[in-house]
Amino acid sequence: MIRESFAEGKSWMHGIDPRLLFMAFAARLDFREVMHRLLAPVIFLLLLWAVLPWSYEGDALTVLGPVVITRPGVTLCAQISLKTVSLTVAFIALVATMTVDTLGHSLNRLQLPDKMVHMILITYRYLFVLEQEYQRLVRAMKIRNFHPKTNLHSYRTYAYLVGMLFVRASERARRVHSAMICRGFNGRFVSLREFPPNPRNHVFSLCTTLSLVLLVTLEWVKGANP
Amino acid sequence: MSPTILNLSKIRYGYPGGPLVLNDLDFNLHAGDCIGLVAPNGSGKTTLFHIIMGLLKPLSGTVEAFGEARKAEADFIEVRRRIGLLFQDADDQLFSPTVLEDVAFGPLNLGKSRDEAVAVASKTLDFLGLSGFENRVTYKLSGGEKRLVSLATVLAMEPEVLLLDEPSTGLDSSTKDKLIDILNGLDLSFVLISHEFDFLSKTARHIYTMDGGRIRFDEEPHIHTHQHAHLIGKQPHRHV
Ligand SMILES: Nc1ncnc2c1ncn2[C@@H]1O[C@H](COP(=O)(O)OP(=O)(O)OP(=O)(O)O)[C@@H](O)[C@H]1O
Ligand SMILES: [Mg+2]
Repeated sequence: MIRESFAEGKSWMHGIDPRLLFMAFAARLDFREVMHRLLAPVIFLLLLWAVLPWSYEGDALTVLGPVVITRPGVTLCAQISLKTVSLTVAFIALVATMTVDTLGHSLNRLQLPDKMVHMILITYRYLFVLEQEYQRLVRAMKIRNFHPKTNLHSYRTYAYLVGMLFVRASERARRVHSAMICRGFNGRFVSLREFPPNPRNHVFSLCTTLSLVLLVTLEWVKGANP
Repeated sequence: MSPTILNLSKIRYGYPGGPLVLNDLDFNLHAGDCIGLVAPNGSGKTTLFHIIMGLLKPLSGTVEAFGEARKAEADFIEVRRRIGLLFQDADDQLFSPTVLEDVAFGPLNLGKSRDEAVAVASKTLDFLGLSGFENRVTYKLSGGEKRLVSLATVLAMEPEVLLLDEPSTGLDSSTKDKLIDILNGLDLSFVLISHEFDFLSKTARHIYTMDGGRIRFDEEPHIHTHQHAHLIGKQPHRHV
């Protein structure tokens, strides 16, 4: 199932104007759920850890039998891991705490082209329909005792499944478009949503801007005296 | 005679590569008509509605609505403003993330301001007993709720005519009764597709059927016996 589990919380982070771009403990997310989401990048990172430390050239850190673990290899791995995890957590905290419609309307306010925003919104809306359709097909297969095996019948069934999903998606798109036309749609969306001004937004954006400036300055200072 | 709203004559239509679904079909709708359309699956009822709304173009024949012939896409813009179509599948109709936005979509397209659109949308939701649904997410509604919200999206455009494609399917009996009251309370002309005679008999004043790609007029009530299952059926009861 597709869930928006982080979008349903009620911390101040959820209440803040999502037009501002921005962090994870502040958002009071369920720790376990966050860990669960981190699993995918972590598996990828493990793969890196399994390969990079011994395959990267450089001075040796330790020697494990025939394998030489190099210092730059380990440093690189650590850097990549840190970056990945912090990016993921930041993304969860900043973007996943709003529902996608809020995201869409915020992008709209950030002057992203209308067409793009509506593509995002509608894609997301029909992602759920498609997912339900997928579940329906899978259920239909299951109740008739389909067990995937490595044989032609299974491959063919999966090919049908994917094919049906595509066909249904395009048919659905056509019907939805008809329904929109029936309600006077002429290619321009008008959004209902407004975010009332809130002093917290300004405080938050000020802090974010300050920390950004600090980070850039540090980077520059470091670049100047290596 | 009340004014003619719709006048379809000699309509032929077949989907690409398929047989003719509508074959020399004639159909008239007058102001104040409440028509029920019952016909077997696949007989072309939905197709007929889509022809009326200009979503499908007939191979031949003429569509006249509100006294004018409608041919090009631009001719149908007015038709779509004055006729509301409820789709057979509610998932086709609801596409905005939240209920309020979806219901306000039509009024906004008609050039209303945000405040007006929200006001109309809330009023319509209230009228259908859906107050409190404004911020619900459309794709997380139940089947019956989706149906009612779809109806709200159509009614919010304040149409003069309703085309309802199986509005009663998937509704429980109390919601169905509510829908019957709503339809009878609206001062609109409508054409209603349904497979439920009980529902039709309480809403429609004329029953039409389709056969061989044409509309048949089936006015006389036929006396027949039937069998069905219902609770406490052993008690003396009456069918109306
Ligand atoms: N998109 C399509 N492409 C090709 N053929 C179609 C399409 N939609 C419907 N048909 C065919 O046209 C015929 C009439 O379909 P239509 O949907 O109008 O029937 P209906 O009377 O509304 O049936 P139901 O009571 O099942 O809703 C059917 O035989 C159907 O197979
Ligand atoms: Mg149909």
